[in-house]
Amino acid sequence: MSEARIRSRIWSETPDERSPFLGREVRLCGYDYYGELLGQASWLDVLWLMLRGEAPDPDQGRLFGELAVLLADPGPRDASVHAAMCGGIGGSRPAAVLMAALAVGAGEAGGSSELVRAMDALSAIGTGRALDAVLAERASDDGIWPGFDRASGWCASGLRAALGRLARSPLARALGELERLLDTVDGRQGLTTVGIAAAAFCDLGVPARQAEGLFLLLRLPGALAHGDEQQGRSHRAFPFFGLAEETP
Amino acid sequence: MSHPTADQLAAAVGRAPARAGAFRPGDGAYVRGRRLHEACRDWSWFEVYLLALTGREFAPAEVSLLQTLWTYTSYPDGRIWNNRVAALAGSARSAASLAVGAALAVSDAHIYGAGPFLEAHDFFLAHRDDDDAALLAAVRVQLATKRRVGGYGRPVTAADERIAPILARARALGLDDGHFLQLALRVERLLLAGRWRMQMNYAAPVAALCLDLGLDRMQCEAFASTIFLAGMPAVWIEAARQRPAGSFLPLPSRILSYEGPPPRPWPRSAAQ
Repeated sequence: MSEARIRSRIWSETPDERSPFLGREVRLCGYDYYGELLGQASWLDVLWLMLRGEAPDPDQGRLFGELAVLLADPGPRDASVHAAMCGGIGGSRPAAVLMAALAVGAGEAGGSSELVRAMDALSAIGTGRALDAVLAERASDDGIWPGFDRASGWCASGLRAALGRLARSPLARALGELERLLDTVDGRQGLTTVGIAAAAFCDLGVPARQAEGLFLLLRLPGALAHGDEQQGRSHRAFPFFGLAEETP
Repeated sequence: MSHPTADQLAAAVGRAPARAGAFRPGDGAYVRGRRLHEACRDWSWFEVYLLALTGREFAPAEVSLLQTLWTYTSYPDGRIWNNRVAALAGSARSAASLAVGAALAVSDAHIYGAGPFLEAHDFFLAHRDDDDAALLAAVRVQLATKRRVGGYGRPVTAADERIAPILARARALGLDDGHFLQLALRVERLLLAGRWRMQMNYAAPVAALCLDLGLDRMQCEAFASTIFLAGMPAVWIEAARQRPAGSFLPLPSRILSYEGPPPRPWPRSAAQ
């Protein structure tokens, strides 16, 4: 029976005669990893390369980089970061802190699952259908569009400026549509980072499954930092909170 | 799914819901309104687990059957994909909690675990009252749109060795005549009689029995999330004790098969 193989379009290496567990001449998608990518490519270039199979062109690289900065810190009020801080305050390991953020950040309410729903709606841009109608079709039971929030109904002012900046990209199509839509719906549907990220991933041509993973990954820096910040502090410095009325 | 209004959020600030239970420092813990250390003193862990999950007290035969569903898929084999995560963590000398947590997360899969289980659950619920003709039509639609019927067919091998023991245990406990289990068996008969030749896999009877025992969809999802648990600490510890570290399923260079583009120079314009 022939030996099982692991197939990859990403990683190649040639055998090293010194050991079967050493590889040499490592290439990522055809590019010399240690000799060329290191020193010439950014971390985000390599991330893009491994997922998309090609180097990002300058417009893709710029928009992807700006999106990565936008997503880097969801802030301590975000549920995924809250989860990471729960790991930090109890002295859990960094791996647990990151796993906590991933588990919560994958949700349908403000997480990567909502991003996929928003991307599905935004993919209708260019088909002749009005964006608000497509978003409404994919709304939650109470009429909130994917990528939007109900708690305030308003887009945070900083986020509005962020959308404006990303929409200046030559690639911006969904981002531009979203910016125009915001003028008429702000106050009823509050655009969130999820909606902006969904539009950016659409404009970057990233398929939903990869976008879902990238969204999770690109939000981890904030989770890591906020979780780490709580490490070593007294648990009394982090709220334990009370119980609602329906207690036993 | 619905979203909270700002008023609803404001009302919930600082207060966690406590219907499932509560920890009262210095006093004790409550599970579904019962004092854990007094009312549940003689309960098995599985009885407390089911009470906390559902708020219900199950009959002894029902508890036994639900526990059997976990027991019969307790496979301490480090090759299985979710278990392999735990074993690799052990081999890498990582912590047991990380190993088991990650392995459980990986169990939420498409070709086994939560994916087929919930698909089977949804299919049975949607077609609970179908006659054979309607059921066959639904199976055809499912195969045409999803290219599979969750709970039927199996990767690695067609026959599922867990089915007969599960059915025998359900029969012995007098719990094999539920509507959904009979429905699951009818679906299998239809799939075997057709050109598909697909046998039932573990997900189908488990989903059907959970429905017959009155678990709702979220309770089913939670119940299934840890169903493979028992094998995971075992393969973690086996790999963690293996000497030397890192020797669980090592991958030599020759095992890699590259299928990507040929060597090429990095486009300098891409560098930021």
